[in-house]
Amino acid sequence: MPAVGMTVNGKKVQANVEARTLLVQFLRDHLRLTGTHVGCDTSQCGACVVHLDGQAIKSCTIFALSCEAAQITTIEGLANGEQLHPMQEAFREHHGLQCGFCTPGMIMTAVDMANRLGGGLDEATIRDELEGNICRCTGYHNIVKAIAAGARAMHGQAKAAE
Amino acid sequence: MYAFNYHRPDSVSAAAAILAKGGDAKLLAGGQTLIPAMKLRLASPGEIIDLGRVSELTGISTEGKVLVIGAMTPHAMVAGSPAVKSAVPALAELAHMIGDPAVRARGTIGGSIANNDPAADYPAACLGLGATIVTNKQEIAADAFFKGIFETALGDGEIITKVKFPAPEKAAYAKFPNPASRFALVGVFIAKTGSGVRVAVTGAGSNGVFRVPALEAALAKSFTPEAIAGVKVGSDGLNSDIHADAAYRAHLIGVMAKRAVAAAH
Repeated sequence: MPAVGMTVNGKKVQANVEARTLLVQFLRDHLRLTGTHVGCDTSQCGACVVHLDGQAIKSCTIFALSCEAAQITTIEGLANGEQLHPMQEAFREHHGLQCGFCTPGMIMTAVDMANRLGGGLDEATIRDELEGNICRCTGYHNIVKAIAAGARAMHGQAKAAE
Repeated sequence: MYAFNYHRPDSVSAAAAILAKGGDAKLLAGGQTLIPAMKLRLASPGEIIDLGRVSELTGISTEGKVLVIGAMTPHAMVAGSPAVKSAVPALAELAHMIGDPAVRARGTIGGSIANNDPAADYPAACLGLGATIVTNKQEIAADAFFKGIFETALGDGEIITKVKFPAPEKAAYAKFPNPASRFALVGVFIAKTGSGVRVAVTGAGSNGVFRVPALEAALAKSFTPEAIAGVKVGSDGLNSDIHADAAYRAHLIGVMAKRAVAAAH
Protein backbone atom coordinates (compact mmCIF):
# COMPACT_ATOMS: atom_id res chain seq x y z
CA MET A 1 0.00 0.00 0.00
CA PRO A 2 1.30 3.48 -0.83
CA ALA A 3 2.50 5.71 1.99
CA VAL A 4 1.06 9.13 2.66
CA GLY A 5 2.23 11.87 4.99
CA MET A 6 0.58 15.16 5.88
CA THR A 7 0.19 17.57 8.77
CA VAL A 8 -3.18 17.34 10.50
CA ASN A 9 -4.03 19.97 13.11
CA GLY A 10 -0.35 20.80 13.43
CA LYS A 11 0.77 17.19 13.94
CA LYS A 12 2.73 15.25 11.33
CA VAL A 13 1.04 11.97 10.46
CA GLN A 14 2.08 9.13 8.22
CA ALA A 15 0.35 5.91 7.15
CA ASN A 16 0.11 3.34 4.45
CA VAL A 17 -3.29 3.47 2.82
CA GLU A 18 -5.11 1.97 -0.13
CA ALA A 19 -5.02 4.40 -3.06
CA ARG A 20 -8.82 4.66 -3.02
CA THR A 21 -8.86 5.94 0.58
CA LEU A 22 -10.67 9.26 0.72
CA LEU A 23 -9.31 12.00 2.95
CA VAL A 24 -12.39 11.75 5.17
CA GLN A 25 -11.81 8.00 5.65
CA PHE A 26 -8.17 8.67 6.48
CA LEU A 27 -9.16 11.28 9.07
CA ARG A 28 -11.94 9.23 10.65
CA ASP A 29 -10.76 5.63 10.34
CA HIS A 30 -6.98 5.96 10.53
CA LEU A 31 -6.56 9.02 12.75
CA ARG A 32 -9.81 8.56 14.70
CA LEU A 33 -10.66 12.21 14.17
CA THR A 34 -14.39 11.59 13.98
CA GLY A 35 -15.46 15.21 14.25
CA THR A 36 -15.42 15.39 10.46
CA HIS A 37 -18.68 13.77 9.37
CA VAL A 38 -19.83 11.86 6.31
CA GLY A 39 -23.32 13.00 5.45
CA CYS A 40 -24.15 12.36 1.83
CA ASP A 41 -20.84 11.04 0.47
CA THR A 42 -21.72 12.73 -2.84
CA SER A 43 -20.12 16.18 -2.28
CA GLN A 44 -23.47 17.86 -1.72
CA CYS A 45 -23.95 18.25 2.02
CA GLY A 46 -20.69 19.70 3.36
CA ALA A 47 -20.64 17.72 6.64
CA CYS A 48 -17.10 16.63 5.68
CA VAL A 49 -15.61 20.09 5.05
CA VAL A 50 -12.04 20.50 6.30
CA HIS A 51 -9.31 22.97 5.36
CA LEU A 52 -6.61 21.89 2.92
CA ASP A 53 -3.74 24.36 2.96
CA GLY A 54 -6.15 26.95 4.36
CA GLN A 55 -8.99 26.36 1.89
CA ALA A 56 -12.34 24.73 2.67
CA ILE A 57 -12.77 21.52 0.68
CA LYS A 58 -14.99 18.45 0.84
CA SER A 59 -12.90 15.66 2.32
CA CYS A 60 -15.22 13.01 0.84
CA THR A 61 -14.20 14.12 -2.66
CA ILE A 62 -10.42 13.97 -2.51
CA PHE A 63 -8.03 11.06 -2.11
CA ALA A 64 -5.80 11.00 0.95
CA LEU A 65 -2.85 10.46 -1.40
CA SER A 66 -3.61 13.78 -3.12
CA CYS A 67 -2.99 15.48 0.25
CA GLU A 68 0.64 14.37 0.48
CA ALA A 69 2.64 17.05 2.37
CA ALA A 70 -0.48 19.21 2.83
CA GLN A 71 -1.65 21.06 5.93
CA ILE A 72 -5.08 19.82 7.01
CA THR A 73 -7.22 21.46 9.67
CA THR A 74 -10.30 19.67 11.00
CA ILE A 75 -12.91 20.77 13.52
CA GLU A 76 -10.71 19.24 16.25
CA GLY A 77 -7.94 21.67 15.32
CA LEU A 78 -9.86 24.92 15.84
CA ALA A 79 -10.07 25.31 19.60
CA ASN A 80 -7.09 26.47 21.61
CA GLY A 81 -7.17 23.96 24.45
CA GLU A 82 -10.31 24.65 26.45
CA GLN A 83 -10.89 27.94 24.66
CA LEU A 84 -13.25 27.59 21.73
CA HIS A 85 -12.49 29.23 18.39
CA PRO A 86 -14.56 32.45 18.01
CA MET A 87 -16.70 30.74 15.33
CA GLN A 88 -17.39 27.76 17.63
CA GLU A 89 -18.24 30.19 20.43
CA ALA A 90 -20.62 32.06 18.11
CA PHE A 91 -22.41 28.83 17.16
CA ARG A 92 -22.87 28.08 20.87
CA GLU A 93 -23.96 31.60 21.72
CA HIS A 94 -26.51 31.80 18.88
CA HIS A 95 -27.56 28.16 19.07
CA GLY A 96 -26.45 27.61 15.47
CA LEU A 97 -27.31 23.92 15.61
CA GLN A 98 -30.11 21.54 16.32
CA CYS A 99 -29.00 17.92 15.99
CA GLY A 100 -25.39 19.02 15.42
CA PHE A 101 -24.54 16.61 12.61
CA CYS A 102 -23.80 19.32 10.04
CA THR A 103 -22.10 21.62 12.57
CA PRO A 104 -18.44 20.65 12.05
CA GLY A 105 -18.75 21.25 8.30
CA MET A 106 -20.76 24.44 8.85
CA ILE A 107 -18.09 25.82 11.16
CA MET A 108 -15.19 24.89 8.86
CA THR A 109 -17.01 26.53 5.94
CA ALA A 110 -17.78 29.57 8.10
CA VAL A 111 -14.16 30.02 9.18
CA ASP A 112 -13.02 29.81 5.54
CA MET A 113 -15.74 32.32 4.58
CA ALA A 114 -14.61 34.82 7.23
CA ASN A 115 -10.96 34.28 6.28
CA ARG A 116 -11.67 35.06 2.62
CA LEU A 117 -14.36 37.72 2.89
CA GLY A 118 -13.65 39.47 6.18
CA GLY A 119 -15.67 40.25 9.28
CA GLY A 120 -18.54 42.21 7.77
CA LEU A 121 -20.59 39.41 6.22
CA ASP A 122 -24.18 40.25 5.32
CA GLU A 123 -26.97 37.71 5.33
CA ALA A 124 -27.14 37.35 1.53
CA THR A 125 -23.42 36.64 1.30
CA ILE A 126 -23.54 34.08 4.09
CA ARG A 127 -26.50 32.26 2.54
CA ASP A 128 -24.83 32.26 -0.88
CA GLU A 129 -21.59 30.94 0.59
CA LEU A 130 -23.49 28.18 2.43
CA GLU A 131 -24.58 26.71 -0.91
CA GLY A 132 -22.55 23.57 -0.24
CA ASN A 133 -23.59 22.94 3.37
CA ILE A 134 -26.91 21.34 4.13
CA CYS A 135 -28.64 21.33 7.53
CA ARG A 136 -31.42 18.75 7.48
CA CYS A 137 -32.90 20.21 10.65
CA THR A 138 -33.19 23.34 8.47
CA GLY A 139 -31.82 25.49 11.27
CA TYR A 140 -30.37 28.00 8.88
CA HIS A 141 -31.57 31.18 10.62
CA ASN A 142 -29.41 30.67 13.67
CA ILE A 143 -26.51 29.32 11.60
CA VAL A 144 -26.52 32.51 9.55
CA LYS A 145 -26.67 34.63 12.73
CA ALA A 146 -23.85 32.63 14.28
CA ILE A 147 -21.63 33.01 11.21
CA ALA A 148 -22.19 36.78 11.09
CA ALA A 149 -21.26 37.07 14.76
CA GLY A 150 -18.36 34.62 14.49
CA ALA A 151 -16.90 36.47 11.52
CA ARG A 152 -17.11 39.75 13.44
CA ALA A 153 -15.41 38.15 16.43
CA MET A 154 -12.67 36.62 14.27
CA HIS A 155 -11.88 40.02 12.88
CA GLY A 156 -11.99 41.68 16.27
CA GLN A 157 -15.10 43.75 15.65
CA ALA A 158 -17.28 44.41 18.65
CA LYS A 159 -21.00 43.93 18.27
CA ALA A 160 -21.58 47.64 18.86
CA ALA A 161 -19.62 48.37 15.69
CA GLU A 162 -22.33 46.86 13.47
CA MET B 1 -15.14 2.35 -5.36
CA TYR B 2 -12.92 -0.20 -7.09
CA ALA B 3 -9.18 -0.25 -6.35
CA PHE B 4 -6.73 1.44 -8.72
CA ASN B 5 -3.06 2.29 -9.01
CA TYR B 6 -2.20 5.90 -8.16
CA HIS B 7 0.35 8.05 -9.97
CA ARG B 8 1.36 11.61 -9.21
CA PRO B 9 3.64 12.94 -11.97
CA ASP B 10 5.14 16.42 -11.72
CA SER B 11 5.11 17.34 -15.42
CA VAL B 12 2.81 17.05 -18.43
CA SER B 13 5.35 14.88 -20.24
CA ALA B 14 5.58 12.49 -17.28
CA ALA B 15 1.77 12.30 -17.13
CA ALA B 16 1.62 11.67 -20.87
CA ALA B 17 4.17 8.86 -20.53
CA ILE B 18 2.02 7.08 -17.93
CA LEU B 19 -1.09 7.67 -20.03
CA ALA B 20 0.67 6.17 -23.07
CA LYS B 21 1.11 2.85 -21.25
CA GLY B 22 -2.66 2.37 -21.42
CA GLY B 23 -4.10 0.16 -18.69
CA ASP B 24 -7.39 2.02 -18.55
CA ALA B 25 -5.82 5.17 -17.12
CA LYS B 26 -7.76 8.32 -16.22
CA LEU B 27 -6.44 11.79 -15.50
CA LEU B 28 -7.51 13.21 -12.13
CA ALA B 29 -7.85 17.00 -12.11
CA GLY B 30 -9.97 18.48 -9.29
CA GLY B 31 -11.87 15.22 -8.90
CA GLN B 32 -15.23 16.87 -8.25
CA THR B 33 -16.89 14.76 -10.96
CA LEU B 34 -14.51 11.83 -11.38
CA ILE B 35 -14.41 10.82 -7.70
CA PRO B 36 -18.23 10.81 -7.29
CA ALA B 37 -18.43 8.85 -10.59
CA MET B 38 -15.93 6.32 -9.24
CA LYS B 39 -17.90 5.94 -6.01
CA LEU B 40 -20.97 5.13 -8.08
CA ARG B 41 -18.85 2.74 -10.19
CA LEU B 42 -19.82 4.70 -13.28
CA ALA B 43 -16.07 4.99 -13.76
CA SER B 44 -13.58 2.33 -12.68
CA PRO B 45 -10.15 3.28 -14.04
CA GLY B 46 -7.26 0.93 -13.39
CA GLU B 47 -4.78 3.77 -13.15
CA ILE B 48 -5.35 7.25 -11.72
CA ILE B 49 -2.93 9.94 -12.85
CA ASP B 50 -3.24 12.83 -10.39
CA LEU B 51 -2.35 16.12 -12.08
CA GLY B 52 -2.39 18.00 -8.75
CA ARG B 53 1.39 18.39 -8.65
CA VAL B 54 1.86 19.45 -12.28
CA SER B 55 2.43 23.10 -11.42
CA GLU B 56 2.90 24.18 -15.05
CA LEU B 57 -0.84 23.56 -15.57
CA THR B 58 -2.06 26.14 -13.04
CA GLY B 59 -2.14 29.86 -13.61
CA ILE B 60 -3.75 32.79 -15.41
CA SER B 61 -2.03 35.20 -17.77
CA THR B 62 -2.88 37.55 -20.62
CA GLU B 63 -1.15 37.59 -23.99
CA GLY B 64 -2.27 40.83 -25.62
CA LYS B 65 -6.07 40.55 -25.95
CA VAL B 66 -6.08 36.85 -25.15
CA LEU B 67 -6.71 35.45 -21.69
CA VAL B 68 -4.82 32.20 -21.03
CA ILE B 69 -5.99 29.90 -18.24
CA GLY B 70 -4.05 26.78 -17.24
CA ALA B 71 -6.04 23.54 -17.30
CA MET B 72 -5.60 22.87 -13.56
CA THR B 73 -6.68 26.36 -12.51
CA PRO B 74 -9.51 25.98 -9.99
CA HIS B 75 -12.84 27.78 -10.43
CA ALA B 76 -12.24 29.87 -7.29
CA MET B 77 -9.03 31.25 -8.76
CA VAL B 78 -10.75 32.18 -12.04
CA ALA B 79 -13.66 33.77 -10.14
CA GLY B 80 -11.31 35.92 -8.05
CA SER B 81 -8.67 36.77 -10.65
CA PRO B 82 -8.16 40.49 -11.41
CA ALA B 83 -6.82 39.50 -14.88
CA VAL B 84 -10.00 37.55 -15.68
CA LYS B 85 -12.26 40.26 -14.25
CA SER B 86 -10.58 42.83 -16.44
CA ALA B 87 -10.30 40.83 -19.71
CA VAL B 88 -13.49 38.72 -19.59
CA PRO B 89 -15.57 39.62 -16.52
CA ALA B 90 -18.36 37.29 -17.68
CA LEU B 91 -15.96 34.36 -17.27
CA ALA B 92 -15.17 35.27 -13.65
CA GLU B 93 -18.91 35.54 -12.98
CA LEU B 94 -19.55 32.15 -14.60
CA ALA B 95 -16.81 30.51 -12.52
CA HIS B 96 -18.42 31.91 -9.37
CA MET B 97 -21.74 30.23 -10.32
CA ILE B 98 -20.26 26.71 -10.43
CA GLY B 99 -21.10 24.39 -7.54
CA ASP B 100 -20.30 25.77 -4.08
CA PRO B 101 -17.19 27.34 -2.50
CA ALA B 102 -15.58 24.00 -1.56
CA VAL B 103 -16.20 22.57 -5.02
CA ARG B 104 -14.83 25.75 -6.61
CA ALA B 105 -11.66 25.38 -4.53
CA ARG B 106 -10.94 22.00 -6.16
CA GLY B 107 -12.75 21.80 -9.51
CA THR B 108 -10.75 22.89 -12.56
CA ILE B 109 -11.47 24.36 -15.97
CA GLY B 110 -9.57 21.58 -17.76
CA GLY B 111 -11.44 18.89 -15.88
CA SER B 112 -14.77 20.51 -16.65
CA ILE B 113 -14.27 20.78 -20.40
CA ALA B 114 -12.55 17.39 -20.75
CA ASN B 115 -15.58 15.84 -19.05
CA ASN B 116 -18.04 17.90 -21.15
CA ASP B 117 -21.02 17.32 -18.92
CA PRO B 118 -24.08 18.47 -20.91
CA ALA B 119 -25.06 20.80 -18.05
CA ALA B 120 -21.58 22.13 -17.21
CA ASP B 121 -20.95 25.88 -17.37
CA TYR B 122 -17.46 26.15 -18.87
CA PRO B 123 -18.32 24.53 -22.23
CA ALA B 124 -20.79 27.41 -22.82
CA ALA B 125 -18.03 29.95 -22.11
CA CYS B 126 -15.55 28.18 -24.40
CA LEU B 127 -18.03 27.93 -27.26
CA GLY B 128 -19.53 31.37 -26.64
CA LEU B 129 -16.16 33.12 -26.58
CA GLY B 130 -14.67 31.09 -29.43
CA ALA B 131 -11.91 29.78 -27.17
CA THR B 132 -9.02 27.60 -28.26
CA ILE B 133 -8.29 24.47 -26.24
CA VAL B 134 -4.57 23.77 -26.12
CA THR B 135 -3.35 20.22 -25.49
CA ASN B 136 0.05 18.57 -25.27
CA LYS B 137 -0.41 17.68 -28.95
CA GLN B 138 -2.41 20.39 -30.72
CA GLU B 139 -4.71 23.40 -30.53
CA ILE B 140 -8.42 22.76 -31.01
CA ALA B 141 -11.07 25.42 -31.68
CA ALA B 142 -14.01 25.19 -29.27
CA ASP B 143 -16.31 24.82 -32.30
CA ALA B 144 -14.58 21.50 -33.07
CA PHE B 145 -13.90 20.40 -29.48
CA PHE B 146 -17.32 19.60 -27.98
CA LYS B 147 -18.57 16.50 -29.80
CA GLY B 148 -21.63 15.52 -27.79
CA ILE B 149 -22.54 14.46 -24.28
CA PHE B 150 -19.31 13.58 -22.42
CA GLU B 151 -17.58 13.47 -25.83
CA THR B 152 -14.74 15.72 -26.96
CA ALA B 153 -12.18 15.87 -29.75
CA LEU B 154 -9.47 14.74 -27.31
CA GLY B 155 -7.60 11.70 -28.59
CA ASP B 156 -5.87 8.91 -26.66
CA GLY B 157 -2.99 10.21 -24.57
CA GLU B 158 -4.02 13.83 -25.05
CA ILE B 159 -3.94 16.21 -22.06
CA ILE B 160 -5.49 19.69 -22.00
CA THR B 161 -2.81 22.14 -20.90
CA LYS B 162 -4.58 25.49 -21.20
CA VAL B 163 -7.50 27.36 -22.68
CA LYS B 164 -7.13 30.62 -24.61
CA PHE B 165 -10.03 33.05 -24.53
CA PRO B 166 -10.01 36.03 -26.90
CA ALA B 167 -11.36 39.03 -24.96
CA PRO B 168 -14.79 40.02 -26.35
CA GLU B 169 -16.19 43.53 -26.65
CA LYS B 170 -18.80 42.48 -24.13
CA ALA B 171 -20.21 39.24 -22.83
CA ALA B 172 -22.43 37.72 -20.14
CA TYR B 173 -23.62 34.35 -18.91
CA ALA B 174 -27.19 33.88 -17.72
CA LYS B 175 -27.94 30.63 -15.94
CA PHE B 176 -31.22 29.11 -14.80
CA PRO B 177 -29.99 26.62 -12.21
CA ASN B 178 -31.78 23.46 -11.25
CA PRO B 179 -33.02 24.39 -7.76
CA ALA B 180 -31.59 21.20 -6.22
CA SER B 181 -28.33 20.46 -8.04
CA ARG B 182 -27.58 24.02 -9.20
CA PHE B 183 -26.48 22.57 -12.53
CA ALA B 184 -27.71 24.60 -15.49
CA LEU B 185 -31.24 23.68 -16.55
CA VAL B 186 -30.41 26.22 -19.23
CA GLY B 187 -27.33 28.43 -19.36
CA VAL B 188 -26.76 30.94 -22.16
CA PHE B 189 -23.38 32.57 -22.82
CA ILE B 190 -23.44 35.51 -25.22
CA ALA B 191 -20.38 37.34 -26.52
CA LYS B 192 -20.15 40.33 -28.84
CA THR B 193 -16.82 40.12 -30.62
CA GLY B 194 -15.09 41.95 -33.44
CA SER B 195 -16.16 39.19 -35.81
CA GLY B 196 -19.79 38.91 -34.77
CA VAL B 197 -22.02 37.66 -31.98
CA ARG B 198 -21.78 34.15 -30.52
CA VAL B 199 -24.54 32.50 -28.49
CA ALA B 200 -23.79 29.20 -26.74
CA VAL B 201 -26.31 27.16 -24.75
CA THR B 202 -25.58 24.55 -22.10
CA GLY B 203 -27.91 22.34 -20.07
CA ALA B 204 -30.56 22.14 -22.75
CA GLY B 205 -29.23 20.19 -25.71
CA SER B 206 -29.53 16.41 -25.94
CA ASN B 207 -26.16 16.52 -27.70
CA GLY B 208 -24.45 18.88 -25.25
CA VAL B 209 -23.47 22.52 -25.67
CA PHE B 210 -24.53 24.19 -28.94
CA ARG B 211 -24.77 27.55 -30.74
CA VAL B 212 -28.00 29.24 -31.82
CA PRO B 213 -27.51 30.83 -35.28
CA ALA B 214 -30.93 32.54 -35.29
CA LEU B 215 -30.15 34.44 -32.08
CA GLU B 216 -26.63 35.26 -33.31
CA ALA B 217 -27.99 36.73 -36.57
CA ALA B 218 -30.59 38.86 -34.80
CA LEU B 219 -28.07 40.13 -32.25
CA ALA B 220 -25.52 40.92 -34.97
CA LYS B 221 -28.04 43.40 -36.41
CA SER B 222 -28.88 44.91 -33.02
CA PHE B 223 -27.31 43.82 -29.75
CA THR B 224 -30.39 44.43 -27.62
CA PRO B 225 -32.86 42.20 -25.76
CA GLU B 226 -35.64 43.59 -28.01
CA ALA B 227 -33.85 42.30 -31.12
CA ILE B 228 -34.39 38.69 -30.02
CA ALA B 229 -37.83 39.10 -28.47
CA GLY B 230 -39.42 37.76 -31.65
CA VAL B 231 -36.92 34.98 -32.36
CA LYS B 232 -38.46 31.58 -31.78
CA VAL B 233 -36.08 28.92 -30.46
CA GLY B 234 -37.26 25.47 -31.50
CA SER B 235 -37.43 22.55 -29.09
CA ASP B 236 -36.03 19.97 -31.52
CA GLY B 237 -32.99 18.26 -30.03
CA LEU B 238 -33.57 19.62 -26.54
CA ASN B 239 -33.73 17.51 -23.39
CA SER B 240 -36.93 16.47 -21.71
CA ASP B 241 -36.62 15.08 -18.21
CA ILE B 242 -38.27 15.30 -14.80
CA HIS B 243 -36.86 18.80 -14.33
CA ALA B 244 -38.13 20.40 -17.52
CA ASP B 245 -39.49 19.35 -20.90
CA ALA B 246 -38.01 20.42 -24.23
CA ALA B 247 -40.59 23.15 -24.83
CA TYR B 248 -39.87 24.72 -21.44
CA ARG B 249 -36.13 24.57 -22.05
CA ALA B 250 -36.63 26.21 -25.48
CA HIS B 251 -38.59 29.00 -23.78
CA LEU B 252 -35.87 29.40 -21.13
CA ILE B 253 -33.19 29.77 -23.83
CA GLY B 254 -34.99 32.87 -25.09
CA VAL B 255 -35.45 34.27 -21.58
CA MET B 256 -31.85 33.62 -20.53
CA ALA B 257 -30.55 35.02 -23.83
CA LYS B 258 -32.41 38.28 -23.25
CA ARG B 259 -31.05 38.49 -19.70
CA ALA B 260 -27.51 37.82 -20.94
CA VAL B 261 -27.73 40.54 -23.57
CA ALA B 262 -29.08 43.01 -21.02
CA ALA B 263 -26.29 42.11 -18.57
CA ALA B 264 -23.44 42.01 -21.11
CA HIS B 265 -20.49 44.20 -20.21
